[in-house]
Amino acid sequence: MNINELREHLCSEYPDLCPLFSVEFGDGVLVVEAKRLHDAASDLRDLGFDRLGMVTAVDTGDEFELVYRLQSREMHAGIFVKARVPRDTASIASVTDLWPAANWQEREVYDLFGITFEGHPDLRRILLTDDWVGHPLRKDYEDDRIIRRPDYI
Amino acid sequence: MTLLWGFLWGVAAVATIAGGAILGVWWERKVSARIQMRYGPQQIGPFGSLQMIADVPKLLFKEDIVPALADKAIFKYAPLFVFGPVAVSMVVIPFTAGWAPLDTSVGVLFFLAVPSIEVIAILLSSWASHNTLSTLGGLRATAQMISYEVPRSLAVLAIVLLAGSLRPLDVVAAWRWWWMPLTFVAFVIYFIASIAEMNRGPFDIPEAESELVAGYFADYSGMRWASFMMAEYGAMIAASLFGAALFFGGGWPFGGALGVVVLVVKAVLIMTAIMWVKWTFPRLRQDQLMSFCWKVLTPLALVQLVVIGVVLAWL
Amino acid sequence: MTEQTIVNIGPSHPSTHGVCRVVVTLDGEIVTHAEPIIGHLHRGIEKMAENRTYLQVVPLTDRLDYVGSMYANWAYCRAVERLAGIRVPERAEYIRVIVCELQRIASHMMGIGSTGADTGAFTAFMYAFAQRDHVVELFEALCGARLTYNYVRPGGVSMDLPEGWVEQCRAFTAQHPSAMLELDRLLFGNVIARARLKGVGVLSADDAVAWGASGPTARGSGVDWDLRRDDPYSVYPRFDFQVPLGENGDSYDRARIRLWECVESCKIIDQALDQLEPGLVKAEGLPRLLAPRPGDAYDHIESARGSLGVYLVSDGTPRPYRMKVRSPAFCNLALLPLLAEGHTLSDLVVILGSLDPVFGEVDR
Repeated sequence: MNINELREHLCSEYPDLCPLFSVEFGDGVLVVEAKRLHDAASDLRDLGFDRLGMVTAVDTGDEFELVYRLQSREMHAGIFVKARVPRDTASIASVTDLWPAANWQEREVYDLFGITFEGHPDLRRILLTDDWVGHPLRKDYEDDRIIRRPDYI
Repeated sequence: MTLLWGFLWGVAAVATIAGGAILGVWWERKVSARIQMRYGPQQIGPFGSLQMIADVPKLLFKEDIVPALADKAIFKYAPLFVFGPVAVSMVVIPFTAGWAPLDTSVGVLFFLAVPSIEVIAILLSSWASHNTLSTLGGLRATAQMISYEVPRSLAVLAIVLLAGSLRPLDVVAAWRWWWMPLTFVAFVIYFIASIAEMNRGPFDIPEAESELVAGYFADYSGMRWASFMMAEYGAMIAASLFGAALFFGGGWPFGGALGVVVLVVKAVLIMTAIMWVKWTFPRLRQDQLMSFCWKVLTPLALVQLVVIGVVLAWL
Repeated sequence: MTEQTIVNIGPSHPSTHGVCRVVVTLDGEIVTHAEPIIGHLHRGIEKMAENRTYLQVVPLTDRLDYVGSMYANWAYCRAVERLAGIRVPERAEYIRVIVCELQRIASHMMGIGSTGADTGAFTAFMYAFAQRDHVVELFEALCGARLTYNYVRPGGVSMDLPEGWVEQCRAFTAQHPSAMLELDRLLFGNVIARARLKGVGVLSADDAVAWGASGPTARGSGVDWDLRRDDPYSVYPRFDFQVPLGENGDSYDRARIRLWECVESCKIIDQALDQLEPGLVKAEGLPRLLAPRPGDAYDHIESARGSLGVYLVSDGTPRPYRMKVRSPAFCNLALLPLLAEGHTLSDLVVILGSLDPVFGEVDR
């Protein structure tokens, strides 16, 4: 299914999601509000996106952008869902109840970004040790072991 | 006088096992290498045969580590009790017609009974290591070795029934070539049960390298570890020699010194088969191992006994 | 129920395939709970990438899945190419397909071999490694490295095939399928191996999809999903190949599928070598310092372990603003507690081996 068919399919099934859909570098992107993320994800799963490929986040400076990559086996298509959460109260609903695959992936985001997932059954650090201070993938993370490399090639 | 003889034979047995283990390790490395499309040791001595001589000093000089939480006295001396029974069991093997180091009327029973003491030593060493993996290995070893005693003894009983004696020398003297097809099943059972007794692949469940790392001797190092190794090879050598003597007529068709050579050749063939099995088969799981023992080997051994009983009655 | 024992498997253990620690709660020999503790190999590659130029990140991706470096190279390069709008010459695409299918063989040989080693069949391990060695020698001739290749670069590959390489490669693919049949008889035809692997760690197709499993782990459960065919990239649509599927979703199917995938890979390599035309192996006119326009891009390929994706965010500077690796081994490993429960400790090792995790990729 190409991107236009996907757009039509999405708009016919869930008209309220339609205006949020855009195309970036050939991929379908759905930008939703943080508090509506779980509902949108649930709708998309019902639409046929049965696989959660990836959960990650990007530190945009003042906010965190959460990026979910969903895949559909029947439609042979992928879609991104993006939601922004404020930096100081970084929290979003967990999608573990929709896809168990989110379990470890959300733990990883929690570990490296410090974003809390509400409703996650087992929110602990996963890659770093339990007593680690800070969340390394935040842009303001300070560690004297990080050496800024010069710009030459 | 008897005590002195006993002591001397004991020393000879230990020396035989130590030498045999060194040769056995070399042979195993060569055989497994051939099976696995490798060369094995080839640098030291002809065909790498001195490799193990070089390895022994290495083992001797290795640091002897005793874990802090181990039960130290038991931990240190358990390897002796693993190695000892195997060495002692060697003395009843009828090396050639009319000659065994220790000629006793219950030699077959002796050979079956004495190495079983090893179980206790293995349990001691595993418990003393204070390590969950070792303990699991020790428990597995205990269950396995006690269970496999049964089919092994029943298999040997077939030969004893035919010979009408428990004295190994009498068995060898009474041995006829047509016993071979008759007791073939018994030999296979003896072969399998012996492998299980000495905890070798595919029955190396107690030491299962991929699960328990080395099982009951995971915490041992240096020479103490080597005595577990020697006990394993000693058990293999003893089982091969005894199997060759009982099931294949010992030195038959020769007597005297030539008989010893023939016995050793037969034993080496059995040993090679043991290695071949180890390097071909994956490892069983413990529940499969147990059901194999009680549901396959033991009934089969009993059937073999009945068959031999019928043959004897018909004769 | 007897008193439960807690056993730590790893982090340094022959069967954890790297540095994974599994905290196992045992009831006798039965696993009541198994929890993988990962992160022992976490080097922060995603953080390190933010401090390097786009080209400097390529060697880092080598260190992700260290038995399948070509995949991570390729997935990363595809994401960069998508961001920077680079068109890759056709010959380079063919070479990428060839090396990645060879890499699949090398990686699966490691996977099958360790299935053998985990069950105690060390000879199967050696047979598999003999085949892997042929592939590694081909790679050595190609780029000089045996493990971390750094071969696939943004815009193409680092250098053309050396003289005589195509013939060597053909000689390999000619003998490989028969070697696979032999290995199949040696390992999967063995009665003990069947008893050890069949019915152990059964993963249902629904669970496989819901838990995000991919690659042989999902296909072993009958999930018919292979990115090479279902989301075709590069020149894969031009090749004719099958996607082997399992039926029961147990360790046996997961492990054995890898073997048939190797045979299919040989077919792809042969076809690719037939279609290979002379030409450029790297896009011309690439700037020495890549600075793609701001935006984000994701691309994924079918690696030996499953769908390996790289998500890149650019802010217009010569360094990636954010790199995220969607690692298949990470997602597959999350299945371990589900699969291991109720089996024995010996089975746990087999299940872990059948998931074939590589901890460079799990921990990143």
